[in-house]
Amino acid sequence: MEDERSFLDICGGPLTLRRRYYSSYCREFGLSSARLSLRSVTAVTCTVWLVAYGLFTLFENSMILSSAIFITILGLLGYLHFVKIDQETLLIIDSLGIQMTSSYASGKESTTFIEMDKVKDVIVNEAIYMKVIYYLCILLKDPVKPHEISQVVPVFQSTKPRLDCLIEVYRSCQEILARQKATSASP
Amino acid sequence: MVLKAFFPTCCASADSGLLVGRWVPEQNSAVVLAVVHFPFIPIQVKELLAQVQKVSQVHVAVLGTWCHRQQEPKESLGHFLEGLGAIFSHDPWLQLCRERGTRFWSCKAYHQVSTTPDKSIEDQVMLIFYDQRKVLLSWLHPPTVLPDCQAGDTTASAGGLADIFDTVARSEVLFQNNQFDEGPVRLSHWQSEGVEASILVELTKQASGPVCLLLASLLSLLSAVSACRLWKLWPLSFIRRKLSTCEQLQHRLKHLSLIFSTQKAQSPTQLMKKANMLVSVLIDVALGLLLLSWLHNNNRIGQLANALVPVADVSGFGLCHISASTCQVCLSPGAGVGSFQLPELWEYGERVAEELQHLLQWLMGAPAGLKMNRALDQVLGRFFLYHIHLWISYIHLMSPFIEHILWHVGLSACLGMTVALSILSDIIALLTFHIYCFYVYGARLYCLKIYGLSSLWRLFRGKKWNVLRQRVDSCSYDLDQLFIGTLLFTILVFLLPTTALYYLVFTLLRLLVVTVQGMIHLLVDLINSLPLYSLGLRLCRPYRLAAGVKFRVLEQEAGRPLRLLMQINPLPYNRVVHTYRLPSCGCHPKHSWGSLCRKLFFGELIYPWRQREDKQD
Repeated sequence: MEDERSFLDICGGPLTLRRRYYSSYCREFGLSSARLSLRSVTAVTCTVWLVAYGLFTLFENSMILSSAIFITILGLLGYLHFVKIDQETLLIIDSLGIQMTSSYASGKESTTFIEMDKVKDVIVNEAIYMKVIYYLCILLKDPVKPHEISQVVPVFQSTKPRLDCLIEVYRSCQEILARQKATSASP
Repeated sequence: MVLKAFFPTCCASADSGLLVGRWVPEQNSAVVLAVVHFPFIPIQVKELLAQVQKVSQVHVAVLGTWCHRQQEPKESLGHFLEGLGAIFSHDPWLQLCRERGTRFWSCKAYHQVSTTPDKSIEDQVMLIFYDQRKVLLSWLHPPTVLPDCQAGDTTASAGGLADIFDTVARSEVLFQNNQFDEGPVRLSHWQSEGVEASILVELTKQASGPVCLLLASLLSLLSAVSACRLWKLWPLSFIRRKLSTCEQLQHRLKHLSLIFSTQKAQSPTQLMKKANMLVSVLIDVALGLLLLSWLHNNNRIGQLANALVPVADVSGFGLCHISASTCQVCLSPGAGVGSFQLPELWEYGERVAEELQHLLQWLMGAPAGLKMNRALDQVLGRFFLYHIHLWISYIHLMSPFIEHILWHVGLSACLGMTVALSILSDIIALLTFHIYCFYVYGARLYCLKIYGLSSLWRLFRGKKWNVLRQRVDSCSYDLDQLFIGTLLFTILVFLLPTTALYYLVFTLLRLLVVTVQGMIHLLVDLINSLPLYSLGLRLCRPYRLAAGVKFRVLEQEAGRPLRLLMQINPLPYNRVVHTYRLPSCGCHPKHSWGSLCRKLFFGELIYPWRQREDKQD
């Protein structure tokens, strides 16, 4: 079962939440943000090249122009490969774990998987950053002291959705976690 | 909890048969290791499993049945398979089936709660496919090591996935049977096409035994020689401590003896350490040979020798130079023959001395418009100039012999690039020895002056430093003590700018030299400690170094069990470097910036790159 809805992120940009219910114990949430716009790429490239051309007329050294071209290309590649995140996915599977994937604009994917034994809870926490913002995070258990929290792992860090989107995700996650707690409590 | 069945991808197209593997009750998961095909005799299957269990300490059992309907046209097989549940009793009993006509699988798990088998819902079984070969070969790196967690706890608390990896890795003996064996039982797993091996690897393994033995004995001989008591005598031990080349050679010797030791590596970490050291040594030697060929090929030494211009005549020292050059002519008739003439390094030494002379002339005048105390200025300037004159004469005297020494030293580059860099650092230290001497003179003078000034300043205020109590106490002075104290204080204060300027100039020069040496040592450290083998492994075989796993949901139909693909998540590069860094004689700066500034202000001698101590990571 799959559905898509549009939301807004903290800064007002458009986001798309795609939910997939594979089964009663496996769900996936994908948040995609806006892609890289041609306008901003052109603006940055033109600025850099104008500056380089200005320096070239000053110094009469053609190395400046070739280095400007190199810098632009490398900067764009680096931005696409290391900075620009297109989509963030949260896959939650009962009794297995929670997996978070970030896909970059160049196609690179970086994945983190947390086993269900380590997950204590999934909560929506608030933070104060010029205004109040909300973020979803996973609380991890301390293996030595099971009642304490050892780590807080925030989810959707670069897409930063607003509270309405987070509530949807939070409700679904809590259903699965409740199920998991019920089945693990009864042997 | 949902029942998880880990199924190897290599068995997805195997014929029907029995599922053999391990049941992990804590995670409610079944790890399938192999499929036993028809025909088989149950007794022999049980014997094989008992054998495997004894060798590998893994509780291997028959977990259920596997039915590949696309290859079995007979429908009666289903009933036959159900009957097998009675022979090999296991709770829960799995029945995996790959349907004909659809790409989807069906999976049932039977729990024998009562006399009649209790059917559980299909939905509650999850199929997870894994690549057996990759899981077998990979080493799992736990994300964080808690400080208060003992080594024995990590396997228990590391969770289900470490268990799965562990199970597959320890069942290696099960994968030794392949289809070409004439055994009673026919198995299907990742190695059923035949055990993977390569001739080169086998030959190297056979040859490595005697080679290691030979090299280990040679290296132990070398270590014994280097540890003998002769080196502890005063001049040799002093030289040994001061030269970084000796330390680098010792470091490399230690590495080599570890690589060629006859003991087998006990754990994967030790194996990686050995491999990293070996690759590091090989790359080092390769770089050194490249450097050597570059130096000799383009007649670089000859070119550098041609750049040698006879020493520019400095007025006042002409006599010394003429005498020195006649010495040179007498002692080295063959100096012009061949390309092994005086290297440029020597010429640099003379140029450095000339630059220093110009600097001192400048200081003796009115440097930067400051007015110095003429008498003290002349004294200090003349003293340092005479020192330089001695140094230049020394260079001239040594020049005939030094070319051969340097050529032979240049050959040491074939021991490795790190050794060549260490020798370069030592040569820089030797050539700038006079800068070091000047720094020490200037620093001592300045230090004395500062201490005198502070003590006399206390005298002004009627106080005294109490050495016993390590504090400042009041004290009453006599009139003549006060009078002399005031005189001395005035003299010292007015001479302070001159001394301070000389101190500043020579300290800056010394810091420059120290920075250059520090850079070279950092580079040597980098070559020594970078784990190149691990980085190469991460690049070419990323599944070997695993940080964790990742799951992908495969195409799914409602009502069918969920199918996931488990893949290995490789370790990121920065963690690879951090985990597998080789211990090095790290030249960490001893002082923080604050203490360095304090020492500079008070004129205490600084040695920022103290690398003699054993700083093991």
